Amino acid sequence: MLISLSSFDLILAAILVLLLGMLGWAMRLGITRSLYIAALRTTVQLLLIGLVLKALFTSTQLWFVLLISLVMISVAGWEILSRQKRKLRGWWGFGVSTGSLFVSSFLITLLCLLVVIEADPWYHPQYAIPLLGMLLGNTMNGIALGMDRLTQTAWQQRPVIEQRLMLGQSSQQAIADIRSESMRAGMIPIINSMAAAGLVSLPGMMTGQILAGAPPVEAVKYQILIMFMISAGTGFGVIAVLWLISRRLFDERDRLSFKRLLKKS
Amino acid sequence: MSSLCVRQLQYLHCGPIDLQIEAGEIVGLYGVSGSGKSRLLRALADLDEHQGEVLLNGASQQSMSAPQWRSQVGLLSAETFWWLDEVASHFQQFDQAQAMQLGLPEDIGDWPVSRLSSGENQRLGLMRLLENRPEVLLLDEPTANLDPQSTDAFERFVVDYVQQQSACAIWVSHDPQQLKRTAHRCYQIENGMLAGNGECS
Repeated sequence: MLISLSSFDLILAAILVLLLGMLGWAMRLGITRSLYIAALRTTVQLLLIGLVLKALFTSTQLWFVLLISLVMISVAGWEILSRQKRKLRGWWGFGVSTGSLFVSSFLITLLCLLVVIEADPWYHPQYAIPLLGMLLGNTMNGIALGMDRLTQTAWQQRPVIEQRLMLGQSSQQAIADIRSESMRAGMIPIINSMAAAGLVSLPGMMTGQILAGAPPVEAVKYQILIMFMISAGTGFGVIAVLWLISRRLFDERDRLSFKRLLKKS
Repeated sequence: MSSLCVRQLQYLHCGPIDLQIEAGEIVGLYGVSGSGKSRLLRALADLDEHQGEVLLNGASQQSMSAPQWRSQVGLLSAETFWWLDEVASHFQQFDQAQAMQLGLPEDIGDWPVSRLSSGENQRLGLMRLLENRPEVLLLDEPTANLDPQSTDAFERFVVDYVQQQSACAIWVSHDPQQLKRTAHRCYQIENGMLAGNGECS
C-alpha cells in the first residue's frame, strides 16, 4: 500500500533544512548559501523530472527516452568535470568524463534492460530512466574521485615520475602505482556500500521501494541487481578514465605533458 | 664503444648547440645558474621538447623509443627520487661490493629510503642508473651534496666506468677543480651557447 505524502510532510522536512541553514549562518560556517541553492535545485529538478516521467510513461517513444538519456549523461559528465581540480584542456575533459559514463552507465543499463528486465517494449521509460539515473548518480562519484586522484597525484609526484622515466621506464610503468592508487580511490565508495549494505545501512532505493509498499524480498532482489551493476559500472568507468588520462598526460616520446592540464580551479 | 653526436640542438631559448663526444671521453660543462645546463641534459635524455639531432653511435634519438633511448643515455639529476619503501627494491640486484666502493654502509640496501642522507641518495642514484649499463652518462651537479671524501670516490667510480665500458659522459659542475680532475674537455654555457676552446681551467 502506498501512503501518499502531503505538501505538509514536505514542508516539515524543508523547515529542517531551513533551520540548519539559519544555524550555519549564525555560526558563520559559510554553508548556508550552497545548502539553500542545492535544496532548491533538488526540488525544482526532481519536480521537473517527475513531470517528464509522467509524460514519458504515457508515450513510450524510443527517441524520447534516448534524448532524455543523452541529457542526463551530459549533465553527469559536466558535474564530474566541475569536481576536478586539474582538468584536461579543451574538449578532452568533457569527452573523457562523458565517454566513461557512457561505458559505466549507458551500456550497463542497456544490457540490464535487454537481458535482465525484458520489459515490453525493452526501453520502457518506467525501467530505463530510473535505472540509468541510479547508475549515473553512483558511478559518477567513483569516476570523479578516481580522475581527481590521478591528475592531482601525478602533478604532485612529477619528480618521481620523471625519475622513473630517466631510468628507462615507459610512461605507463612510471605512472602504474599512481594509477592503481587512483583505481582504489574510485572504488572505495561502492565497495564500502556493498560491504555495509543491510548491516549498517539500508540502501536508498530499497528503502524507497519498501516505503512505497513493495514486498521486501522483491526490493532486496532489485537492490542486489543495482549494487552489482553500480560496482561493475564504476569499475569499468574508472578503468576507462584512468586509461585515457594516463595516456593523455604523456606525449608520444613518453614525456610528461602537463600543459594538457588546466591550472588549479 | 659509444659516441654521442649533437647537431644543431635547440631547446627553449637555448642553442643551437653542436657537440661530438667520443668513447671514453668526459666533457665538462659549467656556467652560471639558469644558463640552461640542466635543460641541455634533459633535452639530450629526451625529457624535454627540442629541435635538432642527437645521435648515439650514429643512430638517431627518433629511431628508437624514448625508454630505449633513456636507458642508454642515462641522466642523473641533481636530486634523486625513490618510489618504493626500501632501497634495494629499486634495484634488479643490489650490488653490496659496489656500494662499499662508493663509501656507503654495507647494509644500506635494507634501509628505508627515508633514512638516506642527500649524499647517500646521490651515490645510490648513480648505482641505480648504472644498472642499465648506459652508454652515455649525463651528470647534473652530481656531487653538490657530497663531502670531499665521497666526492673523490664518486669521481673515481664514474671515470672507471667510462673507461671500462668505453662509454662517454657529460659532467655539469660548478667546481672547476672537479672538472679538471675528471673531464677531458670543458665548455662554458653562456646565453644558451657553448663557449670556450675546450680547455679545462
